[in-house]
Amino acid sequence: MDFSLTAEQQSIRDSITKLCAKYDADYWLRRDDEGGFPDDFVADLAAGGWLGIAMPPEYGGSGLGVTEAALMMQAIAQSGAGFSGASAVHINLFGPNPIVVHGTEEQKRRLLPPLIQGKDRTCFGVTEPNAGLNTAAIETRAERDNKGWVAHGRKLWTSTAQSANKILLLARTTPRDKCRKSTDGLSLFYTDLDRRYVEVREIHKMGRKAVDSNAVFIDGLPIPDEDLLGEEGRGFYYLLDGLNPERVLVAAEAVGLGRAALQRATAYAKERVVFGRPIGQNQAIQHPLAQSWAELEAANLMVFKAAALYDSGQPCGAEANAAKYLAAEAGYHACERAVLTHGGMGYAKEFHVERYFREILVARIAPVSREMILNYLGERVLGLPKSY
Amino acid sequence: MKIMVPIKRVVDYNVKIRVKADGTGVDLNNVKMSMNPFDEIAVEEAIRLKEAGSATEIVAVSIGPQQAQETIRTALAMGADRGILIKTDTDAEPLTVAKLLKALCAEEKPGLVILGKQAIDNDCNQTGQMLAALLQWPQGTFASKLALSSGKLAVTREVDGGLQTVELNLPAIVTTDLRLNEPRYASLPNIMKAKKKPIDEKTPEALGIDTAPRLKTLKVVEPPKRQSGVKVKTVGELVDKLRNEVGII
Repeated sequence: MDFSLTAEQQSIRDSITKLCAKYDADYWLRRDDEGGFPDDFVADLAAGGWLGIAMPPEYGGSGLGVTEAALMMQAIAQSGAGFSGASAVHINLFGPNPIVVHGTEEQKRRLLPPLIQGKDRTCFGVTEPNAGLNTAAIETRAERDNKGWVAHGRKLWTSTAQSANKILLLARTTPRDKCRKSTDGLSLFYTDLDRRYVEVREIHKMGRKAVDSNAVFIDGLPIPDEDLLGEEGRGFYYLLDGLNPERVLVAAEAVGLGRAALQRATAYAKERVVFGRPIGQNQAIQHPLAQSWAELEAANLMVFKAAALYDSGQPCGAEANAAKYLAAEAGYHACERAVLTHGGMGYAKEFHVERYFREILVARIAPVSREMILNYLGERVLGLPKSY
Repeated sequence: MKIMVPIKRVVDYNVKIRVKADGTGVDLNNVKMSMNPFDEIAVEEAIRLKEAGSATEIVAVSIGPQQAQETIRTALAMGADRGILIKTDTDAEPLTVAKLLKALCAEEKPGLVILGKQAIDNDCNQTGQMLAALLQWPQGTFASKLALSSGKLAVTREVDGGLQTVELNLPAIVTTDLRLNEPRYASLPNIMKAKKKPIDEKTPEALGIDTAPRLKTLKVVEPPKRQSGVKVKTVGELVDKLRNEVGII
């Protein structure tokens, strides 16, 4: 067992950290106040080749694994960019993976390079209001016509759809009652987000104002045949491949943001003097912070264990789910304690920790709830009967 | 023109260092190491000269343990073309480093050597000057601006009280000051390419240089804790304290 980073992984983390240093706490505070996508930040990442970290070298990527992608995303969140920074690029790292795995050579040549260069921006059209985590129950449908497909339906929580020009869309192509299993008959498309047929409405939400989340209304969106990924009817299974990497990345980001919060809390606890001593000298302040350090580091070990398993081609469902659960909880505790350590100042925006606290909740909820993770572990790892 | 850039692996500038309990030095166990920041500026300047068409090749050189190879990789990821590691486990003193670099200059024949003005670990600020003296090459130290035209290098130097510009014939030695440039961070494709760039390994023995230390470190101690100051209300009170309590006037 070797828990240390390779020299290359170290330089990945160092380079990203230096890049992020240009975008300081006040930058992200402004983005959070005013809204507006962090275009300059994403352009910088694209120019540095970072969006292609996990994409194949033949198409301009660097062909690295989830481990390196997780290090990158963690460094972004940890820089203080939090989920405002991480979510702005998150989808680009593994979202296009179905194209890599199931796309034709023509599709890969056509679709991957503009994504890696940051010229195309994609969004993820999977979640629906009437399906939630029961993805097989989605209602968006795509029907054949003489030129290809036409899609109708609604998607929810589609991030970055305000500015995306592409959408990875899951739609039912065979009615559920005509399929052997509910998970059959769904197809995956990667196509133009043509706003003549798609209305994108932003959802006002608790945190991460810079990165829009949306309700998407699709009304007769034409999809050419060449934008179908892989086989018709296999879309659900293609998405499954991407679930574990996504959980690992969100977990890495949660640990990163938790560390940023802990760092701010610790600095404040050293500086702030009340009753003639720094408040960090009081165990009531010190112990929760020490506990958070331990929780974050433990979660981080699970994150990189899951990443290492995935990168070596081994099953990692249990570890990836556990990592997401542990990291979100540890990150949440760290952010909450950071606010409490700051006392009244923690409630003030200029101390930044209240933003972290609002943002970290995303990691507890998405991409899968704590309850569904515990269901998975109870059923698949412990062998207990299915509860839902 | 070939540019040689000597770089040193040092404790990262963000690390709060600790003196070893036995007072023999600084504790380097589990401490993050990085390229000396002034050397990063040197690498950056070399890359800019190459990008401007004034240089054809950049050779990054480090003298130190095997791990110094990682520091060379950092320079290669920024844009240096190849690396040379002179492997030694003794902590080479500035004169030793200068001798080794002189021997290497005889092999590599660079038109310009750009060094950091000093390393942030021991702050010696000697190597560049010693190398210039040993090679009998002109030197422009504490550079804040370089301009190369028709075979002459104009170096703007940060000196006490202002800026001084000197014009050097090549080959020459330049040491970098903080304001020369802002080093780039490596892009991901360049980090990947750096893995394939060559790093030669040499030994001081092969270069005919004895690395045995000439200086003996007697003791390393933490700087004394700074005592909190006192506030004075008037000039008279200040003068009185300086005269009667501190006794310096």
